[in-house]
Amino acid sequence: MATTVYKTSAYNRISRQLSDYAATGLSILSTILVVAPLVAIFVYLIYKGASSLNLAFFSQIPKPVGESGGGMANAIFGSGVLLAIGSVVGVPIGIAGGIFLAEFGRGGRLANAVRFTADVLNGVPSIVMGISVYSLIVLPQKHFSALSGGVALGIMMIPTITRTTEEMLLMVPHSIREAALGLGVPNWRSVLAITLRTASPGVITGCMLAFARVAGETAPLLFTAFGNQFWSANLNQPIAALPLQIFVYAISPYDEWHRLAWAGALVLIVLIVVSVALVRYVTSRGVLKGAS
Amino acid sequence: MNLNTQDVRVASPAGSSSSFDPASATVPGTAKPPAEISPIRKFLQSRGSSAGIDKAFAGLMVLCALVIFAIVALILFELIARSRLSIAKFGLTFFFRQAWDPVSGQFGALPFIYGTLVSSLLGLLIAVPLAVGVAIFLTEMCPKLLRGPLSFLTELLAAIPSVVYGLWAVFVLVPLLREHVNPVLAKLLGWTGLFGGPNYGIGMLAAGVILAIMILPVISSLTREVMTSVPNSQREAVLALGATRWEMIRMAVLRNARIGIVGSIILGLGRALGETMAVTMVIGNRPEIAKSLFAPGYSMASVIANEFSEASDDLYLSALVEIGLALFLVTIVVNALARLLVWAVTRGTPAQAH
Repeated sequence: MATTVYKTSAYNRISRQLSDYAATGLSILSTILVVAPLVAIFVYLIYKGASSLNLAFFSQIPKPVGESGGGMANAIFGSGVLLAIGSVVGVPIGIAGGIFLAEFGRGGRLANAVRFTADVLNGVPSIVMGISVYSLIVLPQKHFSALSGGVALGIMMIPTITRTTEEMLLMVPHSIREAALGLGVPNWRSVLAITLRTASPGVITGCMLAFARVAGETAPLLFTAFGNQFWSANLNQPIAALPLQIFVYAISPYDEWHRLAWAGALVLIVLIVVSVALVRYVTSRGVLKGAS
Repeated sequence: MNLNTQDVRVASPAGSSSSFDPASATVPGTAKPPAEISPIRKFLQSRGSSAGIDKAFAGLMVLCALVIFAIVALILFELIARSRLSIAKFGLTFFFRQAWDPVSGQFGALPFIYGTLVSSLLGLLIAVPLAVGVAIFLTEMCPKLLRGPLSFLTELLAAIPSVVYGLWAVFVLVPLLREHVNPVLAKLLGWTGLFGGPNYGIGMLAAGVILAIMILPVISSLTREVMTSVPNSQREAVLALGATRWEMIRMAVLRNARIGIVGSIILGLGRALGETMAVTMVIGNRPEIAKSLFAPGYSMASVIANEFSEASDDLYLSALVEIGLALFLVTIVVNALARLLVWAVTRGTPAQAH
């Protein structure tokens, strides 16, 4: 601790008290400063977005420049397709990686290396992920495709899912595993049907978090899914995505497109906030506590 | 306790599952034969051994874990392979050249490195004091009633996608800076030369502010985690000596958590360096190095985002990929450093860290 000796003069006492008040005031002020932009973003988003949301937004594809109306139905559909591909790629590998870390590699050197690599992968800038997938899939295929966009999103989901799965599996009490093994259940079944099952609320939480995170990603889709002004369900063709469409519309010079961008952003945010809130609700209920 | 790949199907007569001898477990014949074979054991033996399936399952899981390695290795390999042309042509001077002229095939990354560094540092400069303030408020001062909603709000900030931040920045933040903040800054601090020149609104300052808003939740949530892991006995000891609350925070909390706080700041830096969409939308996209923060700039991530799909020749493309490679390597180093620092602080108290 500090070696300062505090004299108990009145001046000293008052200055200490004042600096205490100042520190309290400053930290309250910084909290307000942090919450303010969030509130500002939400209020502005709801104000701008809600006034442009209508049925056409969900049912029509973009109109050419100059015509009013139109919507982002194809982009919403495209985002769904991309996220589905991403989940198919990312969820199994992510969960299996988590199972390895928690059940098989515990404390080993390989497990530490995998954990570290997952953290590295988590920190890779999304734009770098975009160019990597571009050169891995798009260049050999010679065209942009929904598939490559989905793979990029899937790879970005893996580290989050792996780490949360590991954490959740580690919370499962040993007695449950022992009970299963004691009944003569083979290890693989005990892991899948007992441990993973017990931890499933937490694992699903992790998947939802990863899902919410990549749902808003734009940068990895720029050179992979590429965007599309029309309906497309072909995995080998460029496909529209909500965040991409928002980006294109936001930097365009047309008011009509700005309006659509705000509406799209509102839809995207509602999607993400709902899933995050759901996750928070589930985890705060402590579903896992019932197991221990 | 290690329950890994041993086959527990055939229960060993030794009983205790914690000290298990695989040899006697997997080959029932060699185990000490019990006096008589019980019907349960007979039933179990008739079902056969699951050692093979167990091994296969464990192997599959290891394989999936190795996929994570493979992905990182593939990313690195692809980036190096695609940037070979530019590495061969410019070598290390690529990172110290200012030229960016696709027509005559002259490429240098200096303006982008400068833009990335300046906007990220500006973001950190704004975000760090605020984030630490929020963390102090939430861990040490906040009434219990407010703690939940406030930490939820800061987490929400982290969940907003980058493109929505960009949208908001283009239509709200940039006009706000142009009309109200920048004139004041120019008048008060114009003499430094940092706040001079034409005031477009978009530019380095706007990029720094939006980055600050985006990395705030990252820094504050990790800082909070580190602060919570400081043992309460430390706080009580300082308070017992007659310290005020601020003195307690300074001596007990901040001093013990400082390494972790530095780690979380570096993690925020890693996030800021790689941030693409919001920065692209407000930084101005001009490859120039200007002293004024009002001037438009360009960042490494945004030059890739803007020019990658229109790069016409191989050298142009490989120069862009080389910028991506540099970004990748820098973020790996920064993230690894941050993880080590955070881990160094929180590892002793796993129960309190969450």
